Amino acid sequence: IAQLKDVIIKPDAPSSLLLDKHADYIAAYGSKKDDYVTYLYCFFQLVIFFMILSGKMDTINVDKAVEFVLSCMNFDGGFGCRPGSESHAGQIYCCTGFLSLTGQLHQLNADLLGWWLCERQLPSGGLNGRPEKLPDVCYSWWVLASLKIIGRIHWIDKAKLRRFILACQDEETGGFADRPGDMVDPFHTLFGVAGLSLLGDEQIKAVNPVLCMPEDVLQRIGLQPDLLS
Amino acid sequence: MSSVQEASTETTEVKEQKEFEGDADEQFGESFGADPTRYTFYRDRKEWADLEPVPQDDGPNPVVKIAYSDKFADVYDYFRALLKKDEKSERALALTADAIELNAANYTVWHYRRVLLQALSKDLREEMKYITNIIEEQPKNYQVWHHRRMVVEWLNDPSEELEFIADILSQDAKNYHAWQHRQWVIQEYKLWDKELEFVETLLEEDVRNNSAWNQRHFVISHTTGFSDPAVVQREIQYCLNQIRKAPHNESAWNYLKGMLQDRGLSSQPGLLEKVLELKETHCSPYLLAFLFDCYEDALEFSSQKENTEQEQKETLKKALEICELLAQEKDTIRKEYWQFLGRSVKNKYGGDGPSVAEEAKPSVPASETS
Repeated sequence: IAQLKDVIIKPDAPSSLLLDKHADYIAAYGSKKDDYVTYLYCFFQLVIFFMILSGKMDTINVDKAVEFVLSCMNFDGGFGCRPGSESHAGQIYCCTGFLSLTGQLHQLNADLLGWWLCERQLPSGGLNGRPEKLPDVCYSWWVLASLKIIGRIHWIDKAKLRRFILACQDEETGGFADRPGDMVDPFHTLFGVAGLSLLGDEQIKAVNPVLCMPEDVLQRIGLQPDLLS
Repeated sequence: MSSVQEASTETTEVKEQKEFEGDADEQFGESFGADPTRYTFYRDRKEWADLEPVPQDDGPNPVVKIAYSDKFADVYDYFRALLKKDEKSERALALTADAIELNAANYTVWHYRRVLLQALSKDLREEMKYITNIIEEQPKNYQVWHHRRMVVEWLNDPSEELEFIADILSQDAKNYHAWQHRQWVIQEYKLWDKELEFVETLLEEDVRNNSAWNQRHFVISHTTGFSDPAVVQREIQYCLNQIRKAPHNESAWNYLKGMLQDRGLSSQPGLLEKVLELKETHCSPYLLAFLFDCYEDALEFSSQKENTEQEQKETLKKALEICELLAQEKDTIRKEYWQFLGRSVKNKYGGDGPSVAEEAKPSVPASETS
């Protein structure tokens, strides 16, 4: 039995952003030293997105934030959640995205990180999130987008990955599961579709690897985060 | 919630509840009411009649309205009412437990619970039991682990932590939250003593546990460090022993490389020979990659070693052969990467060596459109 999500999507988008409300909340959250990198990224994504629009970048100490993120770099070139934490593809995505948004990608060792990321690819073609773990279609996003951001997406075997992602679909219900044969869910569906987009599938809109949004939306508002070539 | 459509299928929250409890009759749990077998909504409880429930404000044009269950909306309407009133009471604390049961990821609830624990001077050891139960049920929830850390800090008592975390790890040896909490406890309370032993126990059980290898690096770098040659030798030996047991072990090789890459891979006495020996019987793409790293390191630091030009050429040749072998045969899925490495090393150290197939020019244009 498929788990149907009962959400109601209204066709109208919000007519105005509650910028001050979001900025206050996010700025307050980000002031604690030990915040998770995940949240830091997500909140910085939102903060920077809004602050670029409203010109309030100076509200956050970006240097300190960059310092913290870089301190999470590990011996294998990857990033963990906090200094010392195991390198993890999800965390790496947050870090590379964050460094892109703050214009600090040059601080990375792109070759070393790219190597760690391309080692995520297993014989099935799928990607895992850390060494010796099973592949999961959501890592088609976390790993692939990271590779795209640091300009090394060509280091994975695209044909094999595509094959894996497509195999994660459910022909009866639609949607993608974490791996072939499992139950589908929107989370994995998003990342399966987004991964396919990054791989160049022409039936899907081009997706921006930093913000996981269609490129045409970002072009419309003039937002193009840095990528390494 | 008048704009929510009545749906014949259940919402996520209720379904997750069912999955977790495994029995439809248990769906509604317990209440404060007189009859413990029937759930009573807060709005129908006499002792809550003084509070006006506060519905969720999704703004004027919500893009995605979640269809909450009646039970969910009721609990959270009353939670918002408590927040609005800033009420610090036993009944508020009890409600936070209901709210957490419905959505353990709601950090506002956890925060308020902490405010209540302090305002009411609650028994924190009882709270630790509550936390332990939640973690056992939902070991990958961020908020409950953070909450545990806060309470441990308040108690200033980490004495249960290592055993508790070990128990969680026995159920999932790679639980990221558990490891993170463990690192915090150890670092905060300086409990380094037995950790290397613990790591080795886990590696005995599963030598491919990357989290344990990461922990090994964590412990050593914060205790003896890796500057002591005796420590490095011991660790090299440990790695090679584990590799003999399970050659195709990414974690062990990553650890070895990670430990040595800033200390001169090629200057470890006897290491290259041992790896070449292992190559005969316990080869893997990781071993070959490590060999490449050794050769590259030797090329980099040749000036310090009085290598002859001939020796340099030999080393470069061997390095390029490994890239070729990996790209064409042993690790074809990462062909692009091995070819990149071959090109890099050839460009850097001399152009007279054998070429790596298809290395004429990079296979991707220098400027990629995003």
